[in-house]
Amino acid sequence: MIPEIGSFALVLALLVALVQGTLPLIGAQRGVPAWIGLARPASSMLFLLIAVAFACLTASFINNDFSVVYVAQHSNSRLPLEYRISGVWGGHEGSLLLWVLMLSLWSLAVAAFSRSLPDDMVARVQGVLGLVAAGFILFILLTSSPFERLLPGAEDGRDLNPLLQDPGLIFHPPMLYMGYVGFSVAFAFAIAALLSGRLDAAWARWSRPWTTAAWIFLTLGIGLGSIWAYYELGWGGWWFWDPVENASFLPWLVGTALIHSLAVTEKRGSFKNWTVLLAIGAFSLSLLGTFLVRSGVLSSVHAFASDPKRGIFILLFLAVVVGASLTLFAWRAPKVSLGGAFALVSRETLLLINNVLLLSAAGAVLLGTLYPLVIDALNLGKLSVGPPYFNAVFTPLMVPLLFLMAVGPVARWKQASLAEIARPLRWAFGVAVAAGVSIPFFYGGWSGSVALGLGLAIWIVGASVLQIISRARSSLPPRAFWGMHLAHMGVAVTVVGIVMVTQYESERDVRMAPGDTVKTGEYQIRFLGVEGISGPNYNAARGNLELLKDGTLVMSLHPEKRKYFSSAMPMTEAFIDPGLTRDVYVSLGDPLEGGDGAWSVRVYYKPFVSWIWGGAVLMALGGLLAASDRRYRLKSTAARAGKLAAQGAAS
Amino acid sequence: MKPRQKRLAIIVGGLAALGIAATLILNAFQSNLVFFFTPTQVANGEAPKERAFRIGGLVKEGSLQRSDIVARFVVTDTAKEIPVSYQGILPDLFSEGKGVVAQGVLGADGKFTATEVLAKHDENYMPPEAQAAVDKAHEATRTLKQ
Repeated sequence: MIPEIGSFALVLALLVALVQGTLPLIGAQRGVPAWIGLARPASSMLFLLIAVAFACLTASFINNDFSVVYVAQHSNSRLPLEYRISGVWGGHEGSLLLWVLMLSLWSLAVAAFSRSLPDDMVARVQGVLGLVAAGFILFILLTSSPFERLLPGAEDGRDLNPLLQDPGLIFHPPMLYMGYVGFSVAFAFAIAALLSGRLDAAWARWSRPWTTAAWIFLTLGIGLGSIWAYYELGWGGWWFWDPVENASFLPWLVGTALIHSLAVTEKRGSFKNWTVLLAIGAFSLSLLGTFLVRSGVLSSVHAFASDPKRGIFILLFLAVVVGASLTLFAWRAPKVSLGGAFALVSRETLLLINNVLLLSAAGAVLLGTLYPLVIDALNLGKLSVGPPYFNAVFTPLMVPLLFLMAVGPVARWKQASLAEIARPLRWAFGVAVAAGVSIPFFYGGWSGSVALGLGLAIWIVGASVLQIISRARSSLPPRAFWGMHLAHMGVAVTVVGIVMVTQYESERDVRMAPGDTVKTGEYQIRFLGVEGISGPNYNAARGNLELLKDGTLVMSLHPEKRKYFSSAMPMTEAFIDPGLTRDVYVSLGDPLEGGDGAWSVRVYYKPFVSWIWGGAVLMALGGLLAASDRRYRLKSTAARAGKLAAQGAAS
Repeated sequence: MKPRQKRLAIIVGGLAALGIAATLILNAFQSNLVFFFTPTQVANGEAPKERAFRIGGLVKEGSLQRSDIVARFVVTDTAKEIPVSYQGILPDLFSEGKGVVAQGVLGADGKFTATEVLAKHDENYMPPEAQAAVDKAHEATRTLKQ
């Protein structure tokens, strides 16, 4: 009964989404207050219905209802409760339902926190979100309903893929999806502004906190995915330039560009068309990401068995969204005013360079991700683009970006002078050069890339600290100011992690018989042997190793090789001793022939690797401060900003 | 500078930056494409000799040897076979009779030295390249019989 209720709720949700996607839009164009007024209640209704559907699927998982195909495929009666709940999004159908749930949650949030917005604007934004929701619910109902029955019901489920039985599953997909889907709000605001013809500073001001909010979730989602790949897959890498990783990174790059472009549009009224294009681009790339992950066209570590027909639906949907928004853009954009002029040396120019660099990086990543797919689709052969390409392209684009990151906040709007920019930063520059050049000497050998990376990181942090000090002297700066600097310093922290781990890490796969010792970093690791243990739904071989420093025991290491009852696939559980300045990482390979009880063992030493994710957390915190700035919550300022923009456009 | 000249300078500067970026990107792109070949194609000598490429197919039953840290196995598309060696730990989903994709260099002795063996997330999942290699070989035998 419960799955049928869920199915029914989803059909009703489609109808509500269609209402939300049409009447408020038409009402806003024609000025029908009753239809405009539908937007808010419709979004509450939509959320409620999708939440019911989602709860029904969750209930089927918790009750072990194996007469539902999706549950039978992704759960098992021995699966612990937390994985039965998170198993809801462990497969294709459920993760799409999660996608729509997130979308309706964003739509609800817009309805709740948009009291200061004009009603017709809210109606348009909700209308666009309703149309997107309708498309996705239709997709679920037509190609991938999670409520389909299996008759007769299965005795027991096939179990959740062992790789997914990890706390990472509980947090990573919801975070990532919140970010992906969150860009739909920025997209909806852009489309609404195009429809109404009011592409002004007020629009930019409304969009900013929402864009930043989506960006926060995406940042955390990508960071969590990176941590998960690091410890769970047993590879010990933090980024693989895997097509699915790229799919989440592309909207991040464009979203980051959008945040900066929105700042110009709000403060100076410039870059309007460009900002709209970025908003459309960020959301389209989110859709593309969904397509790449869910279509099965990729040969990737993330590619689960899936149905290509679904890919065609998403591809069509993507084509409709991109086609319709660009057509609207082409129609409306020529009427948009240009906004305030600015000098060659100004904050506007620096932010423009920021956008060019971020978009170039996004373009390069997109090329490397899509080219193999296009070649394959055209039947011109199979090929892949390896990490060396991405590294070779990405690094040179990031160096100027990082350098200018410290300069941008110092430069004045409209017209700045180089001397004015250089004067407050000269100390930061001196310290950065001195520290960048000297620190690698003390740390395992000098290297140009480490010197450059550390120098840039210190340059960014130094510039931020100097600005915070000088600003805080006069009065307490607003949250947005703190947020920007915190996020910039977060980038610096991530950069430190990346250059240190890339240059000084040691990765070794070794054969170890009981009693053997291997050296890694300042430690020795001794292999004692392997014993059998058993868990709730698996048996495992557990390695006993000792981490030694100068011959004294630091701690015991216990990596595992698990074999789940329900699957033939073994699972490597790495053992990591995390630390602020280094991680020690061991995982078991396989028992080796030779009769001496030897195993292949992976021994990694990863300096500063946790800084990569620490930086992402700082970026997200910075975003949180910026998005919660007081001025976004004031009704009167929105109106004032509108007037200012009108003046700016006139001048 | 007059406003018009300023705009022009910005546009020229932007285009120059884009040009440099595009050159960088395409250069790196050209030299980092990794092509895919089936064991049959490799046996026919279609694969490059010094450049890294990928092979895919099934791990031949009973071919896996793992006495040292170097693992040796045979990749087959059911028509032709290639011996592969890989120094390191194989991914969890690697097993005999299952699909595999490996990246590496072909030696003069016809042996493939892999630098990377690709892991998959799902035991019921066949890498598209490996599937294509096997399908192609089957198709070839069918046409021969006709």
